[in-house]
Order: sequence, then structure tokens, then C-alpha cells
Amino acid sequence: MSTTRKSVSIVIAGSGGTGAITAGSTLLAAAARDGHYGLMTKLSGAQVRGGEAAALIEIGRSGIDGPIEAQPDRFDALIALDWENIQRFAPEIPLDGDSVVLSDPKAGPVPAVIAATGARILEVAFGALAGSVEGGRINMVGFGVAARLAGLDETAIEAAIRAQIGAKGEKAVAASLAAAKVGAEALAALGVSMALSPGEKKARWMCSGNDAVGLGALRGGIEFVAAYPITPATEITEWLAVEMQEHGGRVVLAEDEIAAINMCCGAAYAGVPTMTITSGPGLALKVETLGLAIAAELPMVVVDVMRVGPSTGIPTKSDQGDLDIALHGTPGDAPRVVLAPISIADCAATTERAVHVAEALQTPVMLLSDQSLGQTQTIIDIPRTRPAPLKRLVEPAVTGPDFRRYALTESGVSPMPAPGNPGTQWVADGLSHKESGHPSNAAVDHIAQMKKRLRKLETFDWGDTWGEVHGPADATLALIAFGSTVGPAAEAARRLTEAGTPTRVVALRLIAPLQKNRLAEALAGTARVVVVEQNASGQLFRHLLGERALGPGAESFARPGPAPFRAAEIVAHLTAETREAAE
Amino acid sequence: MTIHEAPHVCPQQALTLKDFKSSVEPIWCSGCGDFGVLQALQRALAELGRPPHEVVVVSGIGCSSRLPAYTTAYGFHGVHGRALPVATGLKLARPDLEVITVGGDGDGYSIGGNHFLHACRRNVDITYIVMDNRVYGMTKGQPSPTTEADWDSDAAPGGTGVKPFSPLAIALAAGANFVARGFALDVKPLAAVIAEAVRHPGFSFVEVLSPCITFRPEEMEWKKTIERNAVTATTDRTEATAKVLGANEMTTGIFFKGDRGAYASAPTGHGDAEKIAEKFVVGA
Ligand SMILES: Cc1ncc(C[n+]2csc(CCOP(=O)(O)OP(=O)(O)O)c2C)c(N)n1
Ligand code: SF4
Repeated sequence: MSTTRKSVSIVIAGSGGTGAITAGSTLLAAAARDGHYGLMTKLSGAQVRGGEAAALIEIGRSGIDGPIEAQPDRFDALIALDWENIQRFAPEIPLDGDSVVLSDPKAGPVPAVIAATGARILEVAFGALAGSVEGGRINMVGFGVAARLAGLDETAIEAAIRAQIGAKGEKAVAASLAAAKVGAEALAALGVSMALSPGEKKARWMCSGNDAVGLGALRGGIEFVAAYPITPATEITEWLAVEMQEHGGRVVLAEDEIAAINMCCGAAYAGVPTMTITSGPGLALKVETLGLAIAAELPMVVVDVMRVGPSTGIPTKSDQGDLDIALHGTPGDAPRVVLAPISIADCAATTERAVHVAEALQTPVMLLSDQSLGQTQTIIDIPRTRPAPLKRLVEPAVTGPDFRRYALTESGVSPMPAPGNPGTQWVADGLSHKESGHPSNAAVDHIAQMKKRLRKLETFDWGDTWGEVHGPADATLALIAFGSTVGPAAEAARRLTEAGTPTRVVALRLIAPLQKNRLAEALAGTARVVVVEQNASGQLFRHLLGERALGPGAESFARPGPAPFRAAEIVAHLTAETREAAE
Repeated sequence: MTIHEAPHVCPQQALTLKDFKSSVEPIWCSGCGDFGVLQALQRALAELGRPPHEVVVVSGIGCSSRLPAYTTAYGFHGVHGRALPVATGLKLARPDLEVITVGGDGDGYSIGGNHFLHACRRNVDITYIVMDNRVYGMTKGQPSPTTEADWDSDAAPGGTGVKPFSPLAIALAAGANFVARGFALDVKPLAAVIAEAVRHPGFSFVEVLSPCITFRPEEMEWKKTIERNAVTATTDRTEATAKVLGANEMTTGIFFKGDRGAYASAPTGHGDAEKIAEKFVVGA
């Protein structure tokens, strides 16, 4: 028997309707039940429904390594249920001479792009095997092949099938179990194995970042959601629409993104924690009202799940190009809070924190997620820490004619009683206003209120929201990253450290207001600082430069989507730069 | 959702127009029709009997949209064209409040036109009062979607050449549950129409012909051309539409009172988010 391994990376691909994604989800679910971590990226063609699909999966790494937070550099196996259009995905499925390709000779010859990788080609008669089982489907044969290849446990396999297919009835479950079995036997007959070392069986979470944002919203106390559908953010809205039926609260499908954020303004004014959810094009429509919410001091969470832009761009692919609009997009000068989850697990806690901060500071909080965080499925440790709850200040100091909604307090936060409360009637206004809320063109009023809004963000106790540092204390190299770039940067840092360059990752969560002191502490002692981000112009790098948060030698490694960052790419960039610098 | 106490009406203490009059001085030109609408609204609110702190007046941007600060109710003066979504969110979050939306023809029919359609369709229990002066007053006199095709202005010399549309017909087609037209200077009858609009469930739309004395002084002639209460309300949408399209566009009164059920407010009560979190757990 061959030796076991720490992780295995497998692609299951097929044309529309073959169920490659279902097979992938079932593999992930089985791995979770067998004690492993996992990560699954879904690829699909441009067709709305049907078309080719592929599930890119890595499972394993149980024990000391912790969850998988980046796509692997290469794949160990490609399970091709058929060959229709798979070449379109070829660049996203790196294979090499150590990889195996399992395909059905009946499905035609192996495409040249796949054969050219040098991967070992093995034959599995997916069609015939599925045909040998009553109600058998080739995707479940493929699942059986994958599960056996990874050496997953029989009971985990059965439990995963029941969890994924159970709703379709006992007959479908039996057919899937039988199909998986013939697949596993066929794989065994080929004599290949990439079996994982035994996982630590314990309760974990299986979810996507979009699911986790939904949960964080409910934990934070969101009661009213208004949104207009847009990829890749819609799943959050749909998740909340379903869960809120039981939980209470409401999701309103607005006629457009402008309506959505204005509905949130109304709900916020009414005293209810509220959220709107969108992606870049929708955020662009919301910015005028974002300014209103900042000026009128209305709490809300604005979620942007970034995709490739500008314009419609590539809706299904990840990019981090909305940072500029999140930081600066509104008419006038409008200080704001921008939070970005640093991992899929962190999507829950950071969203919950976003709700609390919005309520406590009476201001919109931008939550910048991205397609990669949002739509990737993972198996992760159950997050155990949750942010301490914070509430809106509603109790007025005085009522009657002396009540001033925008009183100039030391903290910048002033009481915000909700309608229904007698003696504190106030008008929310986008016009520059006095402490009373009444419109004023006077410079003194305008400046005093502008300073009040800045002060709220400056005096707030941000605690550890600013970010996290991972890596050795004696690091000489620091990588600064946010969002889904943190995972591959952290993996790159591990490798660089192992290879003799102690490297640290600084994961920025609170992008604005930037906590410069915390960032400086995190960078202390390093000789080289590189800002890694997935956009063309280095938006985070420019932001940090503008804030004077980087030393003169700091470097930018920025490149746009749609290709995901892999650790190998970051390592290669850094070592090439090192070589150049030395020459 | 947060549970709020049911609105309490205090019959002993009758409210008057004064209770809804704020100390803020309107910026309107003297003689502006909007003064009449403000007075009519204050009268209607007094008659309805809900205290000012249980009422929210929502608006967008324009001369007419300045109205909320001139009442003693809670208020929201948002951005141009977006008053209806604000009011929708407010009412859905807090069904216990009385939500009145006000604005101009530019605000409601031009930049906010899409929201107008969907507010009619959605039928949330709010009242929408449009002060239609057939001009953009605040930006100093450009034609709006209800301006006559041949009205001459700097922005469209000789007129736009574009036919105005009928907001009432649009409201009926889009599903509004109450449709009426009033005249700003007929304060008492307008107050009665507004009060009825507020009482009527669902989305109530009141189009008010409100002269802009500064940029459309000829509209002061409306006093003479208005056909007062020359219509009786029907519950039949087709009949109401025929009346709207057939009648003189100066006809005031209630055209339609429908029986659509209002868009339901949110289910109340707070579940346990940790129960939902358990759905993420595998491998236990
Ligand atoms: C997004 C945006 N576009 C344009 C304007 C400029 N603007 C302010 S009020 C207005 C038109 C107001 O007309 P109407 O709604 O009919 O109200 P009135 O002033 O006539 O009462 C315009 C175009 C603005 N404030 N915001
Ligand atoms: S410009 Fe016209 S609409 Fe505006 S306040 Fe003056 S009269 Fe009224």
C-alpha cells in the first residue's frame, strides 16, 4: 500500500446536467464527515443553465495545518465525466506529470490541452458503470471514484450521500450508494491511491462565505433587508429570505439598487437594524444615498461581494477592484467605515461586527466581500469567538424643543430616538444641518457636523477589529492583504518561511478608518513590505500610501482577476523580485 | 422585528392644525401653491387624530420636498427622487407608524418614476401626495414630465415637443389602491381628500395641482379653470381609468378606491440565530 498524504486535490468536470457540482459537494460533505478540511471552487460556463461545469476541490490537512484557504497550485486528479468543452476550463485546472486523468474512452479522445500536461491517463467506463446500476448516474460513479481515491471512510460516504440526496427519496439514495460503490471498485482495480492520512473527526462548519455573511447578519440583529439581485451576491439575499421566514424580519426585493438602499434608510430611521446586498455595478448606483446615510447618520450595512469590473465585467469571477469606490464613492467628503472579512470563517464574525458598528456609530458600514470568499464552499473550524454586542444610542438627553438630534457630543455620537417617541421629533436630512437637524448653509454648522462625523470614527474603540498578523516574530518580510487574497498570501508566507525567509501575513480587516498604529506594530522588524491584492492599479497600496502607513520601500504586487491567486504565483513573484533586487 | 406598542389615539384631547405646525419658516416664494398643501395636510393630520410623534413625513428634493420640516411630525428629507423607497422601508419596518410621502412632479414622475410604478404595484399602506406644478421649481424652471409640450423655457426653447403623461392613469395601471386629484388652493376639500387617502388601506395617491407662482405664474389661473369635485369615486379600476382619461385634466375629486389588500408587513418576533448556525455543522 502506498503512503498516505496530507491533502489531495481533485477536479470533477462534466457537461451541463451531468451533475459534476453535486458530485463535488458530496465529496466535500464526505470529507467533512471523515474528519478533513476542504475547499471547493465551482466553475461554470457562460450559459445560464446547462453548459459545462467543474468542481475544483482540495480536501485534507486535518491536524495542525488548519483549514484550506487558497486554491491549490495544481491538481492531483481530474475526473472527466465527459469531454464536452472542458478545454475552456483547462487554464484553471493546472495538471502535471504527477497528476492522473480518469476518463471514459467512450466519451472520445482526451483533448490535446489535457494530454499535453503529461498527466497519466487512466480509463474508467463511467457510462457503462452507471448503466450497470438501476437509476445510476455517472456523477455518482465519479464521486465514488474520487472518494476512494482520497481513501474516505465508507460511513462518511454513506452519510454524505444521505445528506446531499436524501430529500430525493430512499430510491435515489440507494441508486447513488450503488453507483458510488461501482465507481470505488473500478478505481481500486486500477491500483491508484492518493489516500489521506486519517482526519481528526470533530464538528466543523461546511458553508460558503455568502452563507456566513447571512448568519453574521442575523447574529448581529439585522431585521430588514432590501436588495436587487446581482451575481455573486444574490445568494446572501436568498439565504436570508429563506431563514428569515422562520427567524423573523423581512427581505424586500427592491426595484433597483437605489430603491434598496433607500428602503434601508427608511428602516434605519424607523429604528430597525438593516442591510442591503450588492456587487460592484449595484454599489455604483447606491453611492448617492450612501452619502445621505452618512450625512443623516443612519446605521446600515452595505454588502458588496466584488466581481471583475469595470461595468458588467466578469460576473462570476473574483476581483478586488471596488475598494476605491467603497472608500471614496459618494458626492462630497463622507468619512466611512470599510470592513473586509479576512477568510470565509471570518465572514460571519465580521458581518456581525459590521452590524454592531453601524448601530453604535449611526453610520453605514461597507462590508467588502468578494466572489471568491462568497461562492467558495469550505470545511472550516467552528468559529468560537464572536464580537461583543453594541446597540444604538436612542435614549434622548432631553425631550421637547431643546432636543437636538445632532448634538455635538465628545464621542460624536448623539441620541437617535425612533419615531413613536414623543417629544423628540426630528427630520433626517441630506442638507447640511445644525445640531437640531434643521438645514443650515452656515460654515460653522457645516464644519462642526463634518467634524462630528469624523470624530465618531476616530474616538471609537475598534479593539482588535483592525486585522490579524500570522507568521514568525522574527519575520523579515511582511505581506499585506485583504479579503480572499489573505488565504493564498498566508500559504505563500508559510512556504517562504519554510524556505528560509521568515514571512508574516498582515490581514487587514478594518480598511477605513485605518488603524495606523496597529499596522505599524504589525510591520515592525520587517525589512521588506509587499501589498498583495487582486486589482489592476493597486488600490489598497495607494490607500495605504495616501494614509502614510507604508515606508518608502514598500512594494505593490497587484494584478486583476479573473484568475485566482495561488500561493506559487505569490512565492514566484517575491523570489523573482528578491533576485532582481540582489542583482 | 422589534415589537412596538400599538398606536394610541387619545379622543379626549382633540388635535388641531396648530399641533402640526412647526417653528421652521418655509423657504417657499410667497404665493406658492405648496403653502395650501401644507395647510391641508396639517388639517388632515389633526382630523385623523394621530399625535405628531406617530407620523412620519417623507420627501425627496425640490421646493415641495422641503415640506417635512414645516410639520411637527417625524420627517425624512432624502435625496432627489427616492422618497417612496424610503417610505416603503419605513412602513415595512414599523407598520405602527403613519407614513406620508410628499414631493414634486420632477421628484416623483421623472427621477423617481420607476419607484412610483413599483410603489403603486407593491401597495404598501402609505399615502403619496405629489405637488404637481408642471415645472422643476427648485432648479429654476425646467419642464417636467407633466409640462405641456409647447411650454417655452430656457432649457427647452419653444417647448419640449413631448406630450406630458397622466400620473393618475399610470397610478391606476400600476395598481394604486386610491387615486385622487386635488387643488392646492382649495385647502378644505384637499384636506378631506388627504384624510380619506390616509385612512384608505394600501398605496394612496393624491395628485395636487399646485401652482408655481414664480416660474409658471399663469398657473394662478387654475383657480378659475378647476372643475371642483366633478367626479364620484368608483371601485372599478377600468371605469376609473376611463374617467381619468376622459375627464378634463383640471377635474378634482376621488377617482378610485380599490380593495386590494395592502402589502403585508414583516413577520415579527426574533428567532434564535444559533439554531440556524447549527445547519452549518457537519461531522459532529
Ligand atoms: C440627483 C440629483 N439630480 C438633480 C438634482 C437637482 N434638482 C433638485 S430639485 C430638482 C427638480 C425639482 O422639481 P420638482 O420635483 O418638480 O419639485 P419643485 O421644486 O417643483 O417643487 C432637481 C432637478 C438633485 N438635487 N439631485
Ligand atoms: S419656485 Fe415655484 S415651486 Fe418653488 S417655492 Fe417658488 S413658487 Fe413654489
